[in-house]
Amino acid sequence: MKGDDMRASDERAADERADETLRLDGNAAAGILSEVFVPDLTTARATCANCGTIRAMGALLVYAHGMGTVIRCPACGAVVLRIARTRTHLWLDPTGASLVVMAGAPASSVT
Amino acid sequence: MSSGTLVTREPRGSSVPSRAPKIAWRLATVVDVVTETPRARTLVLDVPDWPGHRAGQHVDVRLTADDGYQAQRSFSIASAPEDVRIALTVQRLDDGEVSPHLTDVLRAGDRLELRGPIGGYFVWEAALGGPLLLVAGGSGIVPLMAMLRHRATALVAASMQARHGVPARLLYSARRWDDVFYRRELARLAEDDETLEVALTLTHEVPAGWTGFRRLIDRMMLAEVAWPPAERPHVFVCGPTPLVEAVAAALVELGHDPELVKTERFGPTGGSA
Amino acid sequence: MTESFFSRGFRGRRQPSATAGRLPPGQYETPDFPVLSAGPTPRPPLASWDFVLRGADGPVARWSWDEFQALPHVAVKADIHCVSKWSKLDTIWEGVSVDTLLAEAAARGVKSAPYVLAVSDGGYTTNLPLADVTGGKAWVAVNYDGAPLAPQHGGPARLLVPHLYLWKSAKWVRQLRFMEHDKAGFWESFGYHNYGDPWREQRYTGDP
Repeated sequence: MKGDDMRASDERAADERADETLRLDGNAAAGILSEVFVPDLTTARATCANCGTIRAMGALLVYAHGMGTVIRCPACGAVVLRIARTRTHLWLDPTGASLVVMAGAPASSVT
Repeated sequence: MSSGTLVTREPRGSSVPSRAPKIAWRLATVVDVVTETPRARTLVLDVPDWPGHRAGQHVDVRLTADDGYQAQRSFSIASAPEDVRIALTVQRLDDGEVSPHLTDVLRAGDRLELRGPIGGYFVWEAALGGPLLLVAGGSGIVPLMAMLRHRATALVAASMQARHGVPARLLYSARRWDDVFYRRELARLAEDDETLEVALTLTHEVPAGWTGFRRLIDRMMLAEVAWPPAERPHVFVCGPTPLVEAVAAALVELGHDPELVKTERFGPTGGSA
Repeated sequence: MTESFFSRGFRGRRQPSATAGRLPPGQYETPDFPVLSAGPTPRPPLASWDFVLRGADGPVARWSWDEFQALPHVAVKADIHCVSKWSKLDTIWEGVSVDTLLAEAAARGVKSAPYVLAVSDGGYTTNLPLADVTGGKAWVAVNYDGAPLAPQHGGPARLLVPHLYLWKSAKWVRQLRFMEHDKAGFWESFGYHNYGDPWREQRYTGDP
Protein backbone atom coordinates (compact mmCIF):
# COMPACT_ATOMS: atom_id res chain seq x y z
CA MET A 1 0.00 0.00 0.00
CA LYS A 2 1.06 3.58 -0.41
CA GLY A 3 2.02 3.91 3.26
CA ASP A 4 4.47 1.03 2.93
CA ASP A 5 5.96 2.54 -0.23
CA MET A 6 6.41 5.82 1.56
CA ARG A 7 8.05 4.14 4.53
CA ALA A 8 10.38 2.13 2.32
CA SER A 9 11.44 5.15 0.33
CA ASP A 10 11.79 7.20 3.55
CA GLU A 11 14.10 4.50 4.86
CA ARG A 12 16.11 4.47 1.66
CA ALA A 13 16.37 8.23 1.79
CA ALA A 14 17.46 7.99 5.42
CA ASP A 15 20.12 5.41 4.54
CA GLU A 16 21.44 7.61 1.77
CA ARG A 17 21.50 10.60 4.07
CA ALA A 18 23.32 8.62 6.71
CA ASP A 19 26.08 7.97 4.19
CA GLU A 20 26.33 11.62 3.26
CA THR A 21 27.53 12.71 6.67
CA LEU A 22 30.44 14.45 4.98
CA ARG A 23 28.12 16.84 3.21
CA LEU A 24 28.08 20.29 4.82
CA ASP A 25 26.53 23.66 4.03
CA GLY A 26 27.99 26.64 2.27
CA ASN A 27 28.73 28.12 5.68
CA ALA A 28 31.42 25.49 6.19
CA ALA A 29 33.34 27.01 3.29
CA ALA A 30 33.02 30.52 4.67
CA GLY A 31 36.47 30.44 6.27
CA ILE A 32 38.39 29.61 3.13
CA LEU A 33 36.09 31.78 1.02
CA SER A 34 37.07 34.69 3.25
CA GLU A 35 40.66 34.19 2.09
CA VAL A 36 39.65 34.51 -1.55
CA PHE A 37 36.82 37.04 -1.52
CA VAL A 38 36.40 40.26 0.40
CA PRO A 39 32.62 40.31 0.92
CA ASP A 40 31.03 37.44 2.86
CA LEU A 41 30.29 35.04 0.07
CA THR A 42 27.88 32.87 2.03
CA THR A 43 25.10 35.39 1.50
CA ALA A 44 25.99 35.96 -2.17
CA ARG A 45 23.62 34.44 -4.68
CA ALA A 46 25.31 32.06 -7.11
CA THR A 47 23.93 30.82 -10.43
CA CYS A 48 24.81 27.23 -11.24
CA ALA A 49 26.40 27.17 -14.69
CA ASN A 50 25.05 23.67 -15.23
CA CYS A 51 21.35 23.98 -14.43
CA GLY A 52 20.75 27.68 -13.81
CA THR A 53 19.51 27.29 -10.22
CA ILE A 54 20.14 30.40 -8.13
CA ARG A 55 20.73 29.98 -4.40
CA ALA A 56 22.62 31.74 -1.66
CA MET A 57 26.10 30.30 -1.41
CA GLY A 58 25.30 29.24 2.17
CA ALA A 59 22.64 26.93 0.79
CA LEU A 60 25.02 25.11 -1.50
CA LEU A 61 26.46 21.77 -0.52
CA VAL A 62 30.04 21.69 0.66
CA TYR A 63 32.26 18.66 0.52
CA ALA A 64 35.22 19.66 2.64
CA HIS A 65 37.49 17.12 1.02
CA GLY A 66 40.93 16.96 2.56
CA MET A 67 42.41 18.05 -0.75
CA GLY A 68 40.15 21.00 -1.40
CA THR A 69 36.76 22.55 -0.79
CA VAL A 70 34.21 21.44 -3.37
CA ILE A 71 30.94 23.38 -3.46
CA ARG A 72 28.03 21.80 -5.34
CA CYS A 73 24.61 22.83 -6.56
CA PRO A 74 21.86 21.38 -4.33
CA ALA A 75 19.58 20.98 -7.34
CA CYS A 76 21.77 19.19 -9.90
CA GLY A 77 24.93 18.26 -7.96
CA ALA A 78 27.34 19.96 -10.36
CA VAL A 79 30.46 21.59 -8.95
CA VAL A 80 29.83 25.33 -8.65
CA LEU A 81 33.10 26.36 -7.08
CA ARG A 82 36.21 24.61 -5.90
CA ILE A 83 39.12 25.88 -3.86
CA ALA A 84 42.40 24.12 -3.18
CA ARG A 85 45.35 25.20 -1.12
CA THR A 86 48.85 24.10 -2.08
CA ARG A 87 52.10 24.95 -0.36
CA THR A 88 52.29 28.35 -1.97
CA HIS A 89 49.00 29.10 -3.69
CA LEU A 90 45.24 29.15 -3.41
CA TRP A 91 43.53 27.72 -6.45
CA LEU A 92 40.02 28.83 -7.38
CA ASP A 93 37.96 27.16 -10.09
CA PRO A 94 34.91 29.41 -10.56
CA THR A 95 33.78 27.85 -13.85
CA GLY A 96 30.75 26.14 -12.30
CA ALA A 97 29.24 29.50 -11.33
CA SER A 98 27.99 31.52 -14.23
CA LEU A 99 27.19 34.46 -11.98
CA VAL A 100 27.80 35.48 -8.37
CA VAL A 101 25.95 38.49 -6.97
CA MET A 102 27.14 39.89 -3.65
CA ALA A 103 25.54 42.56 -1.48
CA GLY A 104 28.23 45.14 -0.82
CA ALA A 105 28.68 48.53 0.73
CA PRO A 106 28.02 51.40 -1.64
CA ALA A 107 31.14 52.50 -3.50
CA SER A 108 33.08 55.03 -1.43
CA SER A 109 33.29 58.46 -2.92
CA VAL A 110 36.71 59.28 -4.29
CA THR A 111 38.12 62.73 -4.60
CA MET B 1 27.38 27.48 36.63
CA SER B 2 26.86 28.52 33.01
CA SER B 3 28.27 31.74 31.59
CA GLY B 4 27.85 33.74 34.76
CA THR B 5 30.36 36.27 33.57
CA LEU B 6 27.79 38.11 31.49
CA VAL B 7 29.17 41.48 30.56
CA THR B 8 27.51 43.44 27.82
CA ARG B 9 29.21 45.53 25.22
CA GLU B 10 28.04 48.74 23.69
CA PRO B 11 25.70 48.41 20.73
CA ARG B 12 27.62 47.75 17.53
CA GLY B 13 28.10 50.71 15.29
CA SER B 14 29.01 53.04 18.10
CA SER B 15 32.75 52.73 17.48
CA VAL B 16 34.98 53.65 14.57
CA PRO B 17 35.21 50.81 12.04
CA SER B 18 38.58 49.08 12.18
CA ARG B 19 40.79 49.00 9.11
CA ALA B 20 42.14 45.56 9.95
CA PRO B 21 40.87 42.65 7.86
CA LYS B 22 37.74 41.34 9.47
CA ILE B 23 38.68 37.69 9.44
CA ALA B 24 42.26 37.33 10.59
CA TRP B 25 43.86 34.77 12.84
CA ARG B 26 44.01 36.10 16.38
CA LEU B 27 45.27 34.80 19.70
CA ALA B 28 42.47 34.62 22.24
CA THR B 29 43.00 34.06 25.95
CA VAL B 30 41.02 31.44 27.77
CA VAL B 31 39.25 33.07 30.72
CA ASP B 32 37.31 30.08 31.93
CA VAL B 33 36.44 26.48 31.05
CA VAL B 34 32.94 25.65 32.26
CA THR B 35 31.42 22.18 32.47
CA GLU B 36 28.12 21.95 30.63
CA THR B 37 27.64 18.18 30.56
CA PRO B 38 29.92 15.21 31.26
CA ARG B 39 31.37 15.52 27.76
CA ALA B 40 30.94 19.21 26.95
CA ARG B 41 32.73 22.33 28.07
CA THR B 42 32.17 25.99 27.37
CA LEU B 43 35.33 27.96 26.70
CA VAL B 44 35.01 31.61 27.66
CA LEU B 45 37.48 33.65 25.66
CA ASP B 46 38.85 37.15 25.58
CA VAL B 47 39.62 38.01 21.96
CA PRO B 48 41.68 41.15 21.30
CA ASP B 49 40.06 43.52 18.78
CA TRP B 50 37.08 41.22 18.40
CA PRO B 51 34.88 42.93 15.81
CA GLY B 52 31.65 41.53 17.23
CA HIS B 53 29.55 38.78 15.74
CA ARG B 54 26.00 37.88 14.83
CA ALA B 55 24.12 35.01 16.44
CA GLY B 56 24.71 31.84 14.43
CA GLN B 57 28.22 32.63 13.27
CA HIS B 58 31.21 30.46 14.00
CA VAL B 59 34.96 30.68 14.42
CA ASP B 60 37.75 28.50 13.06
CA VAL B 61 40.08 27.26 15.79
CA ARG B 62 43.61 26.17 14.95
CA LEU B 63 45.88 24.10 17.16
CA THR B 64 49.62 23.95 16.50
CA ALA B 65 51.92 21.32 17.97
CA ASP B 66 55.51 22.21 18.83
CA ASP B 67 56.72 20.50 15.66
CA GLY B 68 54.46 22.67 13.56
CA TYR B 69 51.70 20.11 12.97
CA GLN B 70 48.35 21.88 12.75
CA ALA B 71 44.73 20.88 13.00
CA GLN B 72 41.81 23.18 12.39
CA ARG B 73 38.09 22.87 13.15
CA SER B 74 35.06 25.16 13.17
CA PHE B 75 33.05 25.88 16.33
CA SER B 76 29.84 27.83 16.63
CA ILE B 77 29.78 30.81 18.96
CA ALA B 78 27.45 30.12 21.88
CA SER B 79 27.43 33.62 23.34
CA ALA B 80 25.15 36.46 22.38
CA PRO B 81 26.59 39.27 20.25
CA GLU B 82 25.91 41.55 23.21
CA ASP B 83 28.56 39.82 25.35
CA VAL B 84 32.07 41.21 25.42
CA ARG B 85 33.66 37.80 25.71
CA ILE B 86 32.91 35.02 23.30
CA ALA B 87 31.93 31.53 24.39
CA LEU B 88 32.38 28.31 22.46
CA THR B 89 30.71 25.10 23.66
CA VAL B 90 32.68 22.04 22.60
CA GLN B 91 31.62 18.43 22.88
CA ARG B 92 34.42 15.94 23.30
CA LEU B 93 34.58 13.26 20.67
CA ASP B 94 36.59 10.41 22.16
CA ASP B 95 38.52 9.77 18.96
CA GLY B 96 38.57 13.41 17.93
CA GLU B 97 41.77 15.22 17.20
CA VAL B 98 40.85 18.70 18.37
CA SER B 99 37.91 18.44 20.76
CA PRO B 100 39.63 16.40 23.50
CA HIS B 101 42.34 19.03 23.63
CA LEU B 102 39.78 21.79 24.07
CA THR B 103 37.70 20.00 26.68
CA ASP B 104 40.43 18.25 28.67
CA VAL B 105 43.72 20.12 28.26
CA LEU B 106 42.91 23.79 27.74
CA ARG B 107 42.77 25.84 30.92
CA ALA B 108 42.33 29.46 31.98
CA GLY B 109 45.36 31.47 30.95
CA ASP B 110 46.12 29.42 27.82
CA ARG B 111 45.96 31.09 24.46
CA LEU B 112 43.90 29.79 21.57
CA GLU B 113 44.32 30.72 17.93
CA LEU B 114 41.09 31.47 16.14
CA ARG B 115 39.64 33.48 13.28
CA GLY B 116 36.21 34.88 12.81
CA PRO B 117 33.40 35.64 13.00
CA ILE B 118 32.60 33.57 9.96
CA GLY B 119 29.45 32.98 7.97
CA GLY B 120 26.72 35.52 7.31
CA TYR B 121 24.20 33.03 6.00
CA PHE B 122 23.18 31.11 9.11
CA VAL B 123 22.45 34.13 11.30
CA TRP B 124 19.43 35.61 13.05
CA GLU B 125 18.91 38.88 14.79
CA ALA B 126 15.77 40.30 16.37
CA ALA B 127 15.45 42.89 13.62
CA LEU B 128 14.74 40.06 11.16
CA GLY B 129 11.55 39.32 13.07
CA GLY B 130 9.76 36.06 13.66
CA PRO B 131 8.28 33.65 14.20
CA LEU B 132 11.56 31.89 14.90
CA LEU B 133 11.75 28.10 14.78
CA LEU B 134 14.97 26.49 15.94
CA VAL B 135 15.64 22.76 15.55
CA ALA B 136 18.77 21.34 17.18
CA GLY B 137 20.34 17.90 17.20
CA GLY B 138 22.99 17.31 19.84
CA SER B 139 25.71 19.94 19.75
CA GLY B 140 23.73 21.70 17.01
CA ILE B 141 22.12 23.61 19.88
CA VAL B 142 25.19 25.86 20.16
CA PRO B 143 24.54 28.45 17.42
CA LEU B 144 20.83 28.34 18.18
CA MET B 145 21.56 29.14 21.83
CA ALA B 146 23.41 32.24 20.67
CA MET B 147 20.22 33.23 18.85
CA LEU B 148 18.08 32.65 21.96
CA ARG B 149 20.52 34.54 24.18
CA HIS B 150 20.54 37.42 21.73
CA ARG B 151 16.74 37.34 21.56
CA ALA B 152 16.47 37.47 25.34
CA THR B 153 18.82 40.46 25.56
CA ALA B 154 17.25 42.27 22.64
CA LEU B 155 13.76 41.87 24.03
CA VAL B 156 14.53 42.46 27.69
CA ALA B 157 13.12 45.96 27.58
CA ALA B 158 10.56 45.23 24.89
CA SER B 159 6.84 45.48 25.37
CA MET B 160 4.71 42.34 25.54
CA GLN B 161 3.36 43.25 22.12
CA ALA B 162 6.88 43.48 20.70
CA ARG B 163 7.75 40.08 22.17
CA HIS B 164 4.68 38.52 20.65
CA GLY B 165 5.88 39.83 17.33
CA VAL B 166 9.00 37.67 17.56
CA PRO B 167 7.81 34.39 19.13
CA ALA B 168 10.34 31.57 19.25
CA ARG B 169 10.20 27.80 19.57
CA LEU B 170 13.09 25.43 20.09
CA LEU B 171 12.91 21.72 19.36
CA TYR B 172 16.07 20.12 20.75
CA SER B 173 17.01 16.48 20.32
CA ALA B 174 19.56 14.87 22.64
CA ARG B 175 20.35 11.31 23.59
CA ARG B 176 19.75 11.65 27.29
CA TRP B 177 18.95 14.27 29.89
CA ASP B 178 22.62 14.48 30.85
CA ASP B 179 23.56 15.42 27.30
CA VAL B 180 21.30 18.47 27.17
CA PHE B 181 23.39 21.65 27.07
CA TYR B 182 22.26 24.77 28.95
CA ARG B 183 19.46 22.88 30.73
CA ARG B 184 18.88 25.33 33.54
CA GLU B 185 19.25 28.36 31.35
CA LEU B 186 16.76 27.07 28.79
CA ALA B 187 14.27 26.29 31.53
CA ARG B 188 14.70 29.76 33.00
CA LEU B 189 14.38 31.49 29.62
CA ALA B 190 11.18 29.60 28.84
CA GLU B 191 9.78 30.24 32.31
CA ASP B 192 10.45 33.96 32.17
CA ASP B 193 9.15 34.46 28.64
CA GLU B 194 5.74 33.25 27.53
CA THR B 195 6.68 33.96 23.90
CA LEU B 196 9.41 31.29 24.03
CA GLU B 197 8.63 27.55 24.02
CA VAL B 198 11.25 24.86 24.45
CA ALA B 199 10.53 21.22 23.57
CA LEU B 200 13.06 18.49 24.20
CA THR B 201 13.14 15.03 22.72
CA LEU B 202 15.39 12.40 24.29
CA THR B 203 16.23 9.58 21.95
CA HIS B 204 18.17 7.02 24.02
CA GLU B 205 17.13 7.26 27.66
CA VAL B 206 14.61 9.31 29.62
CA PRO B 207 14.61 10.19 33.31
CA ALA B 208 11.82 8.94 35.57
CA GLY B 209 8.60 10.84 35.10
CA TRP B 210 9.59 12.20 31.67
CA THR B 211 6.59 13.56 29.78
CA GLY B 212 8.41 15.02 26.79
CA PHE B 213 9.06 13.46 23.40
CA ARG B 214 11.14 10.32 23.36
CA ARG B 215 12.10 9.62 19.76
CA LEU B 216 14.07 10.96 16.81
CA ILE B 217 12.62 14.12 15.30
CA ASP B 218 10.19 13.14 12.55
CA ARG B 219 7.65 14.80 10.32
CA MET B 220 4.83 14.30 12.81
CA MET B 221 6.78 15.93 15.64
CA LEU B 222 7.68 18.86 13.43
CA ALA B 223 4.06 19.27 12.35
CA GLU B 224 3.14 19.43 16.02
CA VAL B 225 5.83 21.88 17.08
CA ALA B 226 6.27 24.13 14.07
CA TRP B 227 4.10 27.03 13.06
CA PRO B 228 1.99 26.47 9.94
CA PRO B 229 3.93 27.36 6.78
CA ALA B 230 1.54 30.24 6.18
CA GLU B 231 3.12 32.01 9.18
CA ARG B 232 6.42 31.94 7.27
CA PRO B 233 8.68 31.30 10.25
CA HIS B 234 12.43 31.79 9.98
CA VAL B 235 13.75 28.27 10.50
CA PHE B 236 17.25 27.31 11.56
CA VAL B 237 18.25 23.65 11.73
CA CYS B 238 21.62 22.58 13.12
CA GLY B 239 23.20 19.28 14.08
CA PRO B 240 24.64 16.14 12.48
CA THR B 241 24.14 16.00 8.73
CA PRO B 242 21.63 13.11 8.68
CA LEU B 243 19.35 14.83 11.21
CA VAL B 244 19.60 18.19 9.48
CA GLU B 245 18.77 16.74 6.09
CA ALA B 246 15.85 14.72 7.43
CA VAL B 247 14.41 17.72 9.28
CA ALA B 248 14.89 20.12 6.37
CA ALA B 249 13.29 17.66 3.97
CA ALA B 250 10.35 17.12 6.32
CA LEU B 251 9.80 20.87 6.78
CA VAL B 252 9.77 21.41 3.04
CA GLU B 253 7.35 18.51 2.65
CA LEU B 254 5.12 20.16 5.26
CA GLY B 255 5.06 23.22 3.04
CA HIS B 256 7.73 25.53 4.46
CA ASP B 257 9.53 27.73 1.93
CA PRO B 258 13.02 26.25 1.36
CA GLU B 259 14.43 29.78 1.24
CA LEU B 260 13.31 30.28 4.86
CA VAL B 261 14.80 27.00 6.11
CA LYS B 262 18.48 27.54 6.81
CA THR B 263 20.67 24.62 7.68
CA GLU B 264 24.03 24.15 9.31
CA ARG B 265 25.21 20.58 8.94
CA PHE B 266 27.87 19.70 11.46
CA GLY B 267 29.03 16.61 9.61
CA PRO B 268 29.30 13.20 11.21
CA THR B 269 31.03 14.38 14.32
CA GLY B 270 28.55 17.00 15.33
CA GLY B 271 31.03 19.73 14.54
CA SER B 272 33.64 19.16 17.20
CA ALA B 273 36.16 16.64 16.01
CA MET C 1 52.30 37.34 15.25
CA THR C 2 51.57 33.66 15.28
CA GLU C 3 54.74 32.23 13.72
CA SER C 4 56.10 30.99 17.02
CA PHE C 5 52.82 30.22 18.71
CA PHE C 6 52.05 26.68 19.65
CA SER C 7 49.20 25.19 21.64
CA ARG C 8 50.41 23.93 25.02
CA GLY C 9 49.94 20.18 25.31
CA PHE C 10 48.66 19.54 21.78
CA ARG C 11 50.07 16.65 19.83
CA GLY C 12 47.20 15.76 17.54
CA ARG C 13 46.41 12.24 16.43
CA ARG C 14 49.91 11.22 15.57
CA GLN C 15 51.77 8.77 17.68
CA PRO C 16 55.44 7.86 17.60
CA SER C 17 55.53 4.84 15.39
CA ALA C 18 57.63 1.72 15.26
CA THR C 19 56.73 1.73 11.60
CA ALA C 20 58.19 5.18 10.92
CA GLY C 21 60.53 3.75 8.31
CA ARG C 22 57.55 2.74 6.22
CA LEU C 23 56.05 6.20 6.17
CA PRO C 24 56.86 8.51 3.27
CA PRO C 25 58.04 12.00 4.21
CA GLY C 26 55.42 14.17 5.89
CA GLN C 27 52.98 11.35 6.52
CA TYR C 28 51.35 10.24 9.78
CA GLU C 29 50.00 6.77 10.42
CA THR C 30 46.32 6.45 11.25
CA PRO C 31 44.41 3.49 12.67
CA ASP C 32 41.21 4.84 11.07
CA PHE C 33 40.27 4.85 7.45
CA PRO C 34 39.35 8.50 6.84
CA VAL C 35 36.79 9.20 4.18
CA LEU C 36 37.44 12.13 1.90
CA SER C 37 34.79 13.06 -0.57
CA ALA C 38 34.35 15.64 -3.28
CA GLY C 39 30.73 14.81 -3.89
CA PRO C 40 27.80 12.58 -3.02
CA THR C 41 28.44 8.85 -2.79
CA PRO C 42 27.41 7.22 -6.06
CA ARG C 43 25.13 4.22 -5.68
CA PRO C 44 25.01 2.38 -9.00
CA PRO C 45 22.78 -0.70 -8.93
CA LEU C 46 24.95 -3.76 -9.53
CA ALA C 47 22.48 -5.00 -12.13
CA SER C 48 23.43 -2.11 -14.41
CA TRP C 49 27.05 -1.62 -13.27
CA ASP C 50 29.73 -2.26 -15.82
CA PHE C 51 33.45 -1.76 -16.14
CA VAL C 52 35.01 -0.65 -19.41
CA LEU C 53 38.49 -0.53 -20.89
CA ARG C 54 38.39 1.87 -23.79
CA GLY C 55 41.09 1.91 -26.44
CA ALA C 56 42.49 5.19 -27.73
CA ASP C 57 40.91 4.60 -31.11
CA GLY C 58 37.49 3.46 -29.91
CA PRO C 59 37.11 -0.28 -29.26
CA VAL C 60 35.95 -1.20 -25.80
CA ALA C 61 36.02 -4.22 -23.58
CA ARG C 62 33.12 -4.32 -21.16
CA TRP C 63 32.35 -6.51 -18.15
CA SER C 64 29.10 -6.67 -16.24
CA TRP C 65 29.33 -7.14 -12.46
CA ASP C 66 28.91 -10.90 -12.78
CA GLU C 67 31.45 -11.09 -15.59
CA PHE C 68 33.86 -8.99 -13.58
CA GLN C 69 33.49 -11.18 -10.52
CA ALA C 70 34.19 -14.25 -12.70
CA LEU C 71 37.66 -12.92 -13.58
CA PRO C 72 40.55 -14.16 -11.44
CA HIS C 73 40.75 -12.19 -8.19
CA VAL C 74 43.89 -11.78 -6.10
CA ALA C 75 44.57 -10.66 -2.56
CA VAL C 76 46.61 -7.51 -2.06
CA LYS C 77 48.29 -6.21 1.09
CA ALA C 78 49.46 -2.63 0.73
CA ASP C 79 50.35 0.56 2.53
CA ILE C 80 48.25 3.49 1.34
CA HIS C 81 49.19 7.16 1.53
CA CYS C 82 46.80 10.08 1.24
CA VAL C 83 48.13 13.47 0.24
CA SER C 84 46.22 14.95 3.18
CA LYS C 85 49.00 13.35 5.24
CA TRP C 86 47.49 10.19 6.66
CA SER C 87 48.87 6.77 5.84
CA LYS C 88 47.41 3.38 6.59
CA LEU C 89 49.71 0.39 6.67
CA ASP C 90 49.05 -3.24 5.76
CA THR C 91 45.61 -2.70 4.28
CA ILE C 92 44.03 -5.82 2.80
CA TRP C 93 42.18 -5.79 -0.48
CA GLU C 94 40.88 -8.18 -3.08
CA GLY C 95 40.34 -7.46 -6.72
CA VAL C 96 41.29 -7.99 -10.32
CA SER C 97 44.78 -7.01 -11.42
CA VAL C 98 44.83 -4.36 -14.14
CA ASP C 99 47.31 -6.65 -15.95
CA THR C 100 44.54 -9.26 -16.13
CA LEU C 101 42.09 -6.71 -17.45
CA LEU C 102 44.56 -5.50 -20.06
CA ALA C 103 45.25 -9.04 -21.26
CA GLU C 104 41.53 -9.78 -21.53
CA ALA C 105 40.96 -6.51 -23.34
CA ALA C 106 43.83 -7.11 -25.75
CA ALA C 107 42.22 -10.45 -26.66
CA ARG C 108 39.13 -8.43 -27.64
CA GLY C 109 41.09 -6.04 -29.80
CA VAL C 110 41.47 -3.17 -27.37
CA LYS C 111 44.93 -1.71 -27.75
CA SER C 112 46.57 0.08 -24.87
CA ALA C 113 48.30 3.46 -25.11
CA PRO C 114 50.98 5.23 -23.03
CA TYR C 115 48.51 7.03 -20.72
CA VAL C 116 45.39 6.07 -18.83
CA LEU C 117 42.50 8.16 -17.55
CA ALA C 118 40.43 6.54 -14.82
CA VAL C 119 36.83 7.72 -14.94
CA SER C 120 34.43 7.27 -12.03
CA ASP C 121 30.74 7.56 -11.34
CA GLY C 122 30.09 11.16 -10.30
CA GLY C 123 32.60 12.52 -12.80
CA TYR C 124 35.88 12.13 -10.94
CA THR C 125 38.94 11.49 -13.09
CA THR C 126 42.60 10.84 -12.49
CA ASN C 127 45.42 10.22 -14.96
CA LEU C 128 48.35 7.79 -14.82
CA PRO C 129 51.08 6.53 -17.12
CA LEU C 130 50.36 3.02 -18.42
CA ALA C 131 53.59 1.89 -16.80
CA ASP C 132 52.16 2.72 -13.38
CA VAL C 133 49.14 0.45 -13.70
CA THR C 134 50.93 -2.55 -15.18
CA GLY C 135 53.49 -5.01 -13.89
CA GLY C 136 51.55 -5.89 -10.76
CA LYS C 137 51.18 -2.31 -9.54
CA ALA C 138 47.44 -1.77 -9.86
CA TRP C 139 44.12 -3.50 -9.28
CA VAL C 140 40.43 -2.83 -9.52
CA ALA C 141 39.48 -3.70 -5.94
CA VAL C 142 36.05 -4.94 -4.85
CA ASN C 143 36.79 -6.12 -1.32
CA TYR C 144 38.44 -4.35 1.59
CA ASP C 145 39.42 -6.08 4.80
CA GLY C 146 37.55 -9.23 3.90
CA ALA C 147 34.22 -7.64 3.04
CA PRO C 148 32.67 -6.01 -0.03
CA LEU C 149 34.06 -2.51 -0.47
CA ALA C 150 31.72 -0.02 1.23
CA PRO C 151 30.27 2.84 -0.83
CA GLN C 152 32.05 5.55 1.17
CA HIS C 153 35.38 3.89 0.44
CA GLY C 154 34.67 3.60 -3.26
CA GLY C 155 32.49 0.50 -3.53
CA PRO C 156 31.43 -1.45 -5.50
CA ALA C 157 34.85 -1.10 -7.18
CA ARG C 158 37.75 1.30 -6.99
CA LEU C 159 41.12 1.56 -8.61
CA LEU C 160 43.99 0.69 -6.28
CA VAL C 161 47.47 2.03 -7.09
CA PRO C 162 49.26 2.00 -3.73
CA HIS C 163 52.65 3.26 -4.89
CA LEU C 164 51.13 6.67 -5.68
CA TYR C 165 49.12 9.03 -3.47
CA LEU C 166 45.65 7.71 -2.84
CA TRP C 167 43.85 10.26 -5.03
CA LYS C 168 45.13 8.17 -7.95
CA SER C 169 43.19 5.16 -6.60
CA ALA C 170 39.94 6.41 -8.06
CA LYS C 171 36.86 5.48 -6.03
CA TRP C 172 33.76 4.28 -7.89
CA VAL C 173 35.86 3.61 -10.99
CA ARG C 174 33.91 2.60 -14.10
CA GLN C 175 36.36 3.09 -16.96
CA LEU C 176 40.02 3.08 -17.82
CA ARG C 177 40.53 5.08 -20.97
CA PHE C 178 43.76 4.73 -22.90
CA MET C 179 45.19 7.94 -24.26
CA GLU C 180 48.02 8.74 -26.63
CA HIS C 181 48.66 11.98 -24.71
CA ASP C 182 48.50 12.65 -21.01
CA LYS C 183 45.46 14.56 -19.81
CA ALA C 184 45.21 15.94 -16.28
CA GLY C 185 42.37 14.66 -14.09
CA PHE C 186 40.24 16.36 -11.42
CA TRP C 187 42.99 17.17 -8.91
CA GLU C 188 45.94 17.12 -11.33
CA SER C 189 44.36 20.06 -13.12
CA PHE C 190 43.70 21.84 -9.86
CA GLY C 191 46.85 22.31 -7.80
CA TYR C 192 48.02 18.76 -7.37
CA HIS C 193 51.00 16.98 -8.85
CA ASN C 194 50.57 15.20 -12.16
CA TYR C 195 52.37 12.05 -11.01
CA GLY C 196 52.08 11.91 -7.22
CA ASP C 197 54.94 9.80 -5.81
CA PRO C 198 54.66 9.91 -2.00
CA TRP C 199 58.34 8.95 -1.56
CA ARG C 200 59.42 12.06 -3.43
CA GLU C 201 56.60 14.01 -1.71
CA GLN C 202 55.10 15.06 -5.02
CA ARG C 203 51.93 16.56 -3.58
CA TYR C 204 51.36 19.75 -5.53
CA THR C 205 51.83 21.12 -9.02
CA GLY C 206 55.40 22.32 -9.24
CA ASP C 207 56.84 19.97 -6.62
CA PRO C 208 60.05 18.47 -8.13
